[in-house]
Amino acid sequence: MRMIIKGGRVIDPGNIDGVRDILIEDGIITQIEENIIDYDQDKTDSCEIIDASGLIVVPGLIDMHVHLREPGHEYKETIKSGSLAAARGGFTAICPMPNTNPVNDNRQVTEFILTKAAEADAVRVYPVAGISKGLNGNRLSEYGELKDAGVIAVSDDGKPVNNSLLMRRAMEYAKGFGLPVISHCEDLELAADGVMNEGPVSTRMGLAGIPNAAESVMVMRDISLCELTGSALHIAHVSTSESVHAIRDAKERGVAVTAETAPHYFTLIDESVYDYNTSAKMNPPLRSSEDRESILKGLKDGTIDVIATDHAPHSALEKDVEFNNSANGIIGLETSLPLSLRLVENGTLSIEQLIDKMSGNPARILGLDNGIKVGKTADITIIDTENTFIVNASEFLSLGRNTPFDGWELKGRAVFTIVGGRIVFKDK
Amino acid sequence: MQFEKKDILDMESLSADEINLILDTADKMKEISDRSIKKVPTLRGKTMVLFFYEPSTRTRLSFDIAAKRLSADSLSLSATASSTVKGETLVDTARNLEAMRPDVIVIRHPMAGAPHMIAKMVSTSVINAGDGMHAHPSQSLLDIMTVREKKGSLDGLRVAIIGDISHSRVARSNIAGFSKLGANVILSGPPTMIPKGIEALGASVVYNINDAISGADVVMMLRIQKERQKSFLFPSEREYARFYGLSADKLKNAKEDVLIMHPGPLNRGVEIAPDVADGPHSIILEQVTNGVAIRMAMFYLLSGGVRNADDN
Repeated sequence: MRMIIKGGRVIDPGNIDGVRDILIEDGIITQIEENIIDYDQDKTDSCEIIDASGLIVVPGLIDMHVHLREPGHEYKETIKSGSLAAARGGFTAICPMPNTNPVNDNRQVTEFILTKAAEADAVRVYPVAGISKGLNGNRLSEYGELKDAGVIAVSDDGKPVNNSLLMRRAMEYAKGFGLPVISHCEDLELAADGVMNEGPVSTRMGLAGIPNAAESVMVMRDISLCELTGSALHIAHVSTSESVHAIRDAKERGVAVTAETAPHYFTLIDESVYDYNTSAKMNPPLRSSEDRESILKGLKDGTIDVIATDHAPHSALEKDVEFNNSANGIIGLETSLPLSLRLVENGTLSIEQLIDKMSGNPARILGLDNGIKVGKTADITIIDTENTFIVNASEFLSLGRNTPFDGWELKGRAVFTIVGGRIVFKDK
Repeated sequence: MQFEKKDILDMESLSADEINLILDTADKMKEISDRSIKKVPTLRGKTMVLFFYEPSTRTRLSFDIAAKRLSADSLSLSATASSTVKGETLVDTARNLEAMRPDVIVIRHPMAGAPHMIAKMVSTSVINAGDGMHAHPSQSLLDIMTVREKKGSLDGLRVAIIGDISHSRVARSNIAGFSKLGANVILSGPPTMIPKGIEALGASVVYNINDAISGADVVMMLRIQKERQKSFLFPSEREYARFYGLSADKLKNAKEDVLIMHPGPLNRGVEIAPDVADGPHSIILEQVTNGVAIRMAMFYLLSGGVRNADDN
């Protein structure tokens, strides 16, 4: 099996930026040159040529925060549908969070996820296991066993770890197995019965608000615990200005904290909820325009390392209901790259910074080997940055349709997604 | 002028002209309730469904009486007696109601936006009879009607609304309604009960209630719910009554002809002293009387009463 990606602008930040051909043999990158000629004409297996002229060729994108809903809620998403949606979105690897039913807090569930992912045969799936057994915040999961089964990080995502001592011990214990701890930062008492951002919009709509402090007080607590333990802490879905400030200060002090935000937090604000639009309901909620500005600054100056989707599929059963009763979360796998490319288009990020946030940084945080270099596995995304299209949720490969971006005109998308030298998605 | 809207969901979406049309219509309707035979045939053959997902005495009865005085058939459903307890979704319930071809659906729901959701789905007219903390347009309209009766106009009036603004749909609707007709709305209460950004709705905020009452033409007190102590909004009813309750003494700084209002039900001795509630400035029971006229006007305007009258 051989493949040549010809004539694309290959960008692997800190490594290459230029027009190159890439030769892939048996899933491994074997040559990166300005002009590779398929010299080996007498070989029996044919060589697939991908014409990448005018396109950019980057290390496979990684979405380190998704919900695949299997096992337990297969009507919302399956590992297969989620994997195909990821491939279509340009991702070569995804990390499903453990809040399935049963929870991924044991070897059996981890192995089930990996088996299903292998059957889906699309993108790489690296499961995240619960920090606590059952995500109940009472007892640690067995990190050694879980790591051995194939888990890449731990998180109680969807719920915060209320007990500060348990969080401290989780960070310390995870360090022994080299597992990063991903924290969903939320003070449940402060969030109370809130269903959207607290501010003028919630006041006008008569909806209970969630204050920024519900997130930032926990971000500050976890930064303190990170300083105490010296463990690797990753803050999930940063949505507020105060959190960005706290993380920036911590990084300046040398604390080993990293952070992610999602495309919706740098694209939308709480006004999207007007008219009780449940497609814009998520937790943490869409915030104010000042928060959005802070998130953009945090992305620009490196305070926020990663763009992850928090892809959260729900069906009409959870979304076509009263706003208060609606489930939290929106899907993101098939809109993340085009929404993020807007940041390059408007000058917020360079293309290199964007690739770092969607590939290099998540790989580094998770300890994955990624990049376009001779000898590496060929996980590659090819992007057409000029392709303009209208988002049509009914065509999504995800089973979810819960997106506030349906009908948006976006520019730039993945046209080839290659995992281990195999094309898992090709744009028609 | 004809009323063109399909639904009445909140005061923010009504124009001043539409509010005045409803008030003028209600003024005419009011007299019907003073007759010995309190019934006119205007809405004969029309069906009004009153769907209450939340307990209510005053509002529900008022809508029911309003429909009957106009000869409409009204039927009242509560959530516990409906398919809701069998797990039917609001969307399905609304579609089923619509399939029986009522002319107006009146809905009260504990969640903000529920009536808006139904209104978008059905072609039937929808009246919001109170949704969560969001809106209570019929209450606001009857409040405005009562003040207009007494003062002639709302223009330039100083209207103080005092109490738990955060949790009050009456406050939100009255801020919008009174300010649209030219009144100045001043809000007061403990800062724990004043929500972020409320000024953007068109009101000003003072934390000392004496400042709010000073020079007021209207003082509207809101009900304090005892269970709010659990979320630490106030320490005790005793302390609340002393600092935020309306007493005769605090009322001294208001205008001489001040009007005292309350949407009910009253917590006597907490947010309002009994002698003030029953005193000469109180128009609390007149609010209730006007509630029937306002709801008659809403039914009349939404169910084509004007066209019916022409046909006759």
